[in-house]
Amino acid sequence: MLTILFFGHLKEILETDCLRIELSQNQDSIDTVAKVRKLLQLKGNLWTEYLEYGMALVAVNQEMSSEDTVVNDGDEIAFFPPVTGG
Amino acid sequence: MSHFTHISVQTQDFDFAHEYQKLRESNNSDGALVTFVGLVRDTNLAQAVTGLFLEHYPAMTQKVLNQIVEQARKKWQLGSVSVIHRVGQLCVSDQIVFVGVTSQHRQSAYHANEFIMDYLKTRAPFWKKETTTQGDKWIEAKASDFDKSAQW
Repeated sequence: MLTILFFGHLKEILETDCLRIELSQNQDSIDTVAKVRKLLQLKGNLWTEYLEYGMALVAVNQEMSSEDTVVNDGDEIAFFPPVTGG
Repeated sequence: MSHFTHISVQTQDFDFAHEYQKLRESNNSDGALVTFVGLVRDTNLAQAVTGLFLEHYPAMTQKVLNQIVEQARKKWQLGSVSVIHRVGQLCVSDQIVFVGVTSQHRQSAYHANEFIMDYLKTRAPFWKKETTTQGDKWIEAKASDFDKSAQW
């Protein structure tokens, strides 16, 4: 099971702040950030548009990650826009 | 007292004098204390701002702030470091962020303070949503902040 979190405008646009993906339900192995992104984009419309590479940053277990970062069962994966604190 | 690192992400306001005093009293060997405070402005991109909402990713925020302070400590010889960032609903002129750094001489404290702010603005998972007279809108990241952060 992967826990997927959304922050900032992504949370509002996708109307979701958290969802879970059961890994065993998926035919192809979801083992990288890129594959998680692609899987979520299959939900279509805004998901396809706003989760596009370059639109959303990704952190795996609270560490900034890249497309080829490996994901494992139990990981927490967060999608969010570029940060604007300070 | 001895040198310390203090990092806090909080909804409540902070008392500048109190934070300054804690840094000042932390040791007798540092001759420099540099502080920065970020405030909510009443205008942004020519629009009147009436308030600011700050969201963050709690599990990650503390981690990233710790990493930034550790990086600063590797680059410069620092005494005490204090970073406070507020979240939640803020009003115009409210305090958003406090960064205070002590060091033996001023150059390290000046540089480290600026480094911590530059890195915080481009790496710590905070997002600002402005309330303006024309409605609410999420603030977009600025290229100039990334350029600034890249200089280190």
